[in-house]
Amino acid sequence: MNLQTADMVLVLTTVLYFTSMTGYLLFLFNQKSACQKTAFYLITTAIVFHFISMVIYTIASGHVPIQNLSQSLSLAAFALGSMFLFFQYKFNLKILGVFVSVLLSAIMLAVVMIPDAPVEKNAILRGFWFYSHILLVFTGEAALALACGAGILYLLQEKGIKTKSPGFFFKRLPSLDFLDNVGYTCLTTGFALLTIGLVTGFIYAKTIWGRFWSWDPKEVFSVGTWMVYAALLHLRLYSGWRGRKSAIMTIIGFFIIIFTFLGVNMLLGGHHQAFTK
Amino acid sequence: MSKIILIGINHKTAPVELREKLSFSGEEAIVALEFLKQDKDIKESLIFSTCNRTEVLYIPQAGDQTNDQVDKIIEFISHQRKIDSSEFKSSLYIYKEDDAIRHLFRVASSLDSMVVGEPQILGQIKQAYRVAVENNASGVLLNRLMHKAFSVAKKVRKETGIGDNAVSISYAAIELANKIFSDLSQKTVMLLGAGEMAELAVEHLISNKVKDIIVANRTFKNAVDLAQKFNGQAVKFEEREDALKEVDIIISSTGATDYVLTQAQVKRAMKKRHHHTLFFIDIAVPRDIDPKINTISNAYVYDIDDLKNIVESNIEQRGKETVKAQRFIEEAVLKFRKWLEGLAIVPTIKALNDKISSIVDIEFNKTLSNLKHLSPEDIQAIKRMTQAIASRTIHDPILFLRNTGDHRDDSLYLNVTRQLFNIDIPEKQ
Repeated sequence: MNLQTADMVLVLTTVLYFTSMTGYLLFLFNQKSACQKTAFYLITTAIVFHFISMVIYTIASGHVPIQNLSQSLSLAAFALGSMFLFFQYKFNLKILGVFVSVLLSAIMLAVVMIPDAPVEKNAILRGFWFYSHILLVFTGEAALALACGAGILYLLQEKGIKTKSPGFFFKRLPSLDFLDNVGYTCLTTGFALLTIGLVTGFIYAKTIWGRFWSWDPKEVFSVGTWMVYAALLHLRLYSGWRGRKSAIMTIIGFFIIIFTFLGVNMLLGGHHQAFTK
Repeated sequence: MSKIILIGINHKTAPVELREKLSFSGEEAIVALEFLKQDKDIKESLIFSTCNRTEVLYIPQAGDQTNDQVDKIIEFISHQRKIDSSEFKSSLYIYKEDDAIRHLFRVASSLDSMVVGEPQILGQIKQAYRVAVENNASGVLLNRLMHKAFSVAKKVRKETGIGDNAVSISYAAIELANKIFSDLSQKTVMLLGAGEMAELAVEHLISNKVKDIIVANRTFKNAVDLAQKFNGQAVKFEEREDALKEVDIIISSTGATDYVLTQAQVKRAMKKRHHHTLFFIDIAVPRDIDPKINTISNAYVYDIDDLKNIVESNIEQRGKETVKAQRFIEEAVLKFRKWLEGLAIVPTIKALNDKISSIVDIEFNKTLSNLKHLSPEDIQAIKRMTQAIASRTIHDPILFLRNTGDHRDDSLYLNVTRQLFNIDIPEKQ
């Protein structure tokens, strides 16, 4: 059990994600369920290996792999994969796998390409609140990424129907109602996880720095992101923002998440910065 | 060798009035099959009859090669349906051998249907075959032929896009509804106008099971009548805007010269229904539904021209897929022909073998009866020798027959063999 093994397993995982993506893209074109099944088994295997790689890393190094950009991305990918398995099981929306496998492959490519920044042992990165914060925020954002995927599929299907030119996607995508429903479930799940994740973050900050809030740029943007989603849910529930508008909002929301996740640290700094070096 | 013959009429050769007269109901088909079974000139038979076609598929007894019973079957149909044969004879098509096989495969694959690619035909043929099996009218040949027909039809459906696209207006509308709503059985339909068009549209929707049907019509009585027919409820025409709050799909077919639903009305209704999706199907000419409603979010308006456009592009698509389907069918016909020929080869070889063996036996016994001095060992040795000569003599011809090459007409060689050796095969597999 050493770091090299963890890296090797991680590369294997990446290869599996890419093979799965090929399967899903094939499925998108030829609609053979065998392709979808194979791709789904591949992605499941990839996620299992991904987990194994992280376990090996943790055992070998003595800390969880979220110490630099590459590791954070890798964890985000793992969270996305796990959430996908969960929602796939719940909705059996096969075509969502196309979106997820492409996104996962892209993230993993980045993970493998980005040189590992040296990891310093940091005593404050542990404890119950720290782990809950990480777990909840990452799974929450993964669910919101899926909501974005469902939103994209919705817009594709909606455009064909609205403009009366059912094309390539018409047969391949399920009904608007269903996509909206999937998006909404992902959205509420993600929002709930993110909310608790932020709360645990505040508590963690209190235990480490003695205060809940320190105007750290990441904190500001996270709360901003949270408010965007809160607004979207509110509009949906009270002003009937469903369908197209809701889909567009979930996509915008996800881009804000990506910015909060990467952009803030790179451009603005702050005490989350170490994770994305 | 057995012949396969198919006699029938379909929507291309006969008008509906004639097809009606010639169609067999389920029970009538059973009675007819029973008649055919009694006929010793007909070995196997099957009748299938739908609203678009009536076809009789049969295998005549092979003994008489010159007469394939076509006239008899035509007479039979005329007698069964109590219609003079002169009335329908000119509309009949008569296919034999490969043509019959090909036609059957085409019908099963829905290439010969009025709406090419429609899925019901295969089920109807399966039903007809089941009836034939239950009444012992089908045998080795038809069983094999029908199973081949089913498998090629399945292949065509699976591997070509022939059944993918809706090619009628009402199917196109239902397909759209299914891509907008996830579960039509939870959705309510409102009909604006109680005319014949509305009725037709709803019939299709009912077969897709919607939750509820509301009918609004200027003449309230007609609305009530139609609503009763479909177990729905009738509302006054003036209440149509209020009803928008409750319904999900609106099918409009009034004779109004102006829009019966305007953008402003739908906008108001949208708010009340919390922007849940509305789907408008406007089959009226001139149009009933303001096309601007389509710009409201979560509202979709399709008029008759939009639906026609979709249907046309689907038909075009289907045409391309037909070419592929035809290739599958040709392959299947060839394969079946091979099997049929193989079927004929085995009995010929056996008959050839039997004939030679019997000649050897007769001559051996004749000779032996004059040679009393031979020891049992000698007798055995001579017997073995005669048998060996016989089998060596016909070894090459048999090898030639068995080795069915791809580029030769096996039936020709079989005929030659039978004539050369004067062997008569009782055609019973």
